[in-house]
Amino acid sequence: MQLEVAEKLTVKQAKPKASSAPRRKLDIHFGDRVFYYILKASAWGVVGLLLLMVGLLLDMSWPAFVEFGPKFLINPEWNPWTGEFGALSFVYGTVVSSLIAVALALPVSVGVALFLNELAPTWLARPVGFFVEMLAAIPSIVYGMWGLFVLAPFLRNYLQPFLHETLGFLPLFQGPMLGYGMLAAGIILAVMITPTIASISREVFKAIPLGYREAALGLGATRWEMLKIAVLKTGASGIIGATILGLGRALGETMAVTLVIGNKAHISASLFDTAQTMASVLANEYAEADSDLQLAALTAVGLTLFIVSLFINSIARYVVWQVDKKYAGMGR
Amino acid sequence: MTSSTGPILTVENLNAYFGDFHAVKGVNLEVQRNEVVSLIGPSGCGKSTFIRCLNRLHEEVPSANCEGRVLIEGQNIYAENADPVVVRRKVGMVFQKPNPFPGLSIFENVALGLKLAGITKKSVVTEIVEWSLRKSALWDEVKDSLSSPGLSLSGGQQQRLCLARTLAVKPPVILMDEPTSALDPISTAKIEELVMELKQEVTVVIVTHNMQQASRISDKTAFFLMGELMEFDETSALFTNPKNLKTEQYITGRFG
Ligand SMILES: Nc1ncnc2c1ncn2[C@@H]1O[C@H](COP(=O)(O)OP(=O)(O)O)[C@@H](O)[C@H]1O
Ligand SMILES: [Mg+2]
Repeated sequence: MQLEVAEKLTVKQAKPKASSAPRRKLDIHFGDRVFYYILKASAWGVVGLLLLMVGLLLDMSWPAFVEFGPKFLINPEWNPWTGEFGALSFVYGTVVSSLIAVALALPVSVGVALFLNELAPTWLARPVGFFVEMLAAIPSIVYGMWGLFVLAPFLRNYLQPFLHETLGFLPLFQGPMLGYGMLAAGIILAVMITPTIASISREVFKAIPLGYREAALGLGATRWEMLKIAVLKTGASGIIGATILGLGRALGETMAVTLVIGNKAHISASLFDTAQTMASVLANEYAEADSDLQLAALTAVGLTLFIVSLFINSIARYVVWQVDKKYAGMGR
Repeated sequence: MTSSTGPILTVENLNAYFGDFHAVKGVNLEVQRNEVVSLIGPSGCGKSTFIRCLNRLHEEVPSANCEGRVLIEGQNIYAENADPVVVRRKVGMVFQKPNPFPGLSIFENVALGLKLAGITKKSVVTEIVEWSLRKSALWDEVKDSLSSPGLSLSGGQQQRLCLARTLAVKPPVILMDEPTSALDPISTAKIEELVMELKQEVTVVIVTHNMQQASRISDKTAFFLMGELMEFDETSALFTNPKNLKTEQYITGRFG
C-alpha cells in the first residue's frame, strides 16, 4: 500500500525532468525503502517483545491477583506457610535501598567526575578514571562477598555504633546492630552505581564548551564558583540522566543485595534492620517455591518490580524533559 | 584609582607561551583612558593570546604561561600578591562566540557578576541590571521578558547580553575578542555603535580581523604579526601612512 504511494510519487516527480527513465529512479530508492522497513520492523519488534514479556508475567501471576486482588500491593505480609502473600515489604526494601544508594553515590560520583575532569592533572586523572570505570567490571557476586566479609563487620563494629551514638534519636539509627541489613545493601549498591553515574557525568562535563568556563572566570568567578555556574548548572540534566541509569541499576540489582540485606520480609523504620527487596526475594525463593500460589505471587513481585522501574524511569525522564526545556537552545 | 591621569593599561615586555611555543613575543604597549584600541593581524598571530594575558585568562590553558608586566591603573596584575579573580573583575571580557549561561535567565545572566562580587541587595541589583541592559541597547527588547532564558535570544542579542553581563560589574577595561565575527551585519553594526558610545566610560581593547571595523571604531590600532607587535599608532595614521613595510603589505591585502 505504502509502496504504491511511494511509486506514484516517484513517478510523478520524475516526469517533468526526464520522462525517459522513471523506472531507474525507483531503483535508486529501493535500498532506502528496504532499510526503512528493516528499521521499522526492529522498532516494533522491541515494543512487541516488551508487550510479550508483560503478557507472560501477567499470565503467570494471574492466580495471585485473583487470590489477593489489589491488596497484594499494600500487604507487607509474606508467609509461605500460611499462604498469605503481599509485596509491600519488598517494594519498600527495593525503593529504600536504592534511595540510600543514590543519596550516597550521587555526591561522590559528581565529585569524582568534577575532580577528574576539571581539577586533576592528566597523569592522575587517567589512572584514577580507569580505576573508577573498573569498579563497573567487578561481578555482582564479588560485591556481595565483599559486603558480607568486609563491609558488614565494619558497619557492625564502627559505623553503626557511631551513627547510633550521634543520630540515635532518629528511628532510622536505632535497633540491633547486625552489620548486614538495609544500610549494608544501600552502601553496596552505592559503590556499584558510582562508576555509572561518575563516567556519564564525566562525558556530560566534557561536552560542555570551554566558553562557559572562560565566561565565568572572566566575570571574576573563583574556581569553585566557575564549576558551579559553568559545569554543574549547565550539566544538570545530564547529571539527572546519569542518576536515572544508576537508579535503574540499583533497583534491579540482585546478587549483591541478596547476600547482605538479611532477607526478612518486613518493614522496619530502622536502617540497621534486615529487609528484603523484590529482586532478592525472587532469587531466594523462586527455585524452591512450595506451592503454585507462591510461584504466582513471586511472578507478581517480578511484574511489580518491572512496573516500579518503569514508573521511576518515567518520572526521571519527565524531570529531564523539564530541565531540558529550561535550558532549551543551549548550544553545545 | 591610582594615577587617574596616566595610561590605564601598560604592557611591558610581555611574552606568552603554549608549552615551548612562543606565541607572544616581547610586546610593549600603552593604552590611555577612554580609548578604543583595535588589534589586527593575520589569524594565528597571537591576538587572542595577547588579550587573554590582560585578564590572566591565558594561564587557564594547561601548559600555558606568560611573563612580563601588565599594569592596570598602575598595578601589576602579575605581581606576586595579585589575585586573578580580582583582576578579572577589573578587566571584563566579551568572547567571539556569544556565551550566555544556559539555565540562567536574561536577568540572572546580567546579575551574575554582581552576585559573584557579593552585591546582593535586590534594589541595587535590579537598578544595575537595567542600567547595563540600557547601555548595551538591549533593554527595550527584553524588558518584558527578563525571566526567559538568555539562550532564547538571537545571536546578536545574546552578544549584547554578554556585553551587559560584562558591564554590570563596571570594569574600567573591557577586552573583546572578535565579538562580531559570529554575527550578521546588522548586529555587527549595533555592537560597533555600542563600543563607540561605551568609551565615555570604559577603555576597550578589541581584536578584529576586519580592518574596516578597526578603522571605524578605534582611536588606535595595533598590528600583530607572528606574535610580535609590528606597529602601534593612531588608527588613521596606521591605515593611511603605515611606517612598517609589513603593516603596509597587510593593510593593502598582500597577505593574511
Ligand atoms: N591552546 C593552545 N595550545 C597550543 N597552541 C595554541 C593554543 N591556542 C593558540 N595556540 C597557538 O598560538 C598562536 C596564536 O594563536 P591566537 O592567539 O589564537 O591567534 P589569533 O587570535 O591572532 O588568531 C597560534 O599559532 C596558535 O596555533
Ligand atoms: Mg583569535
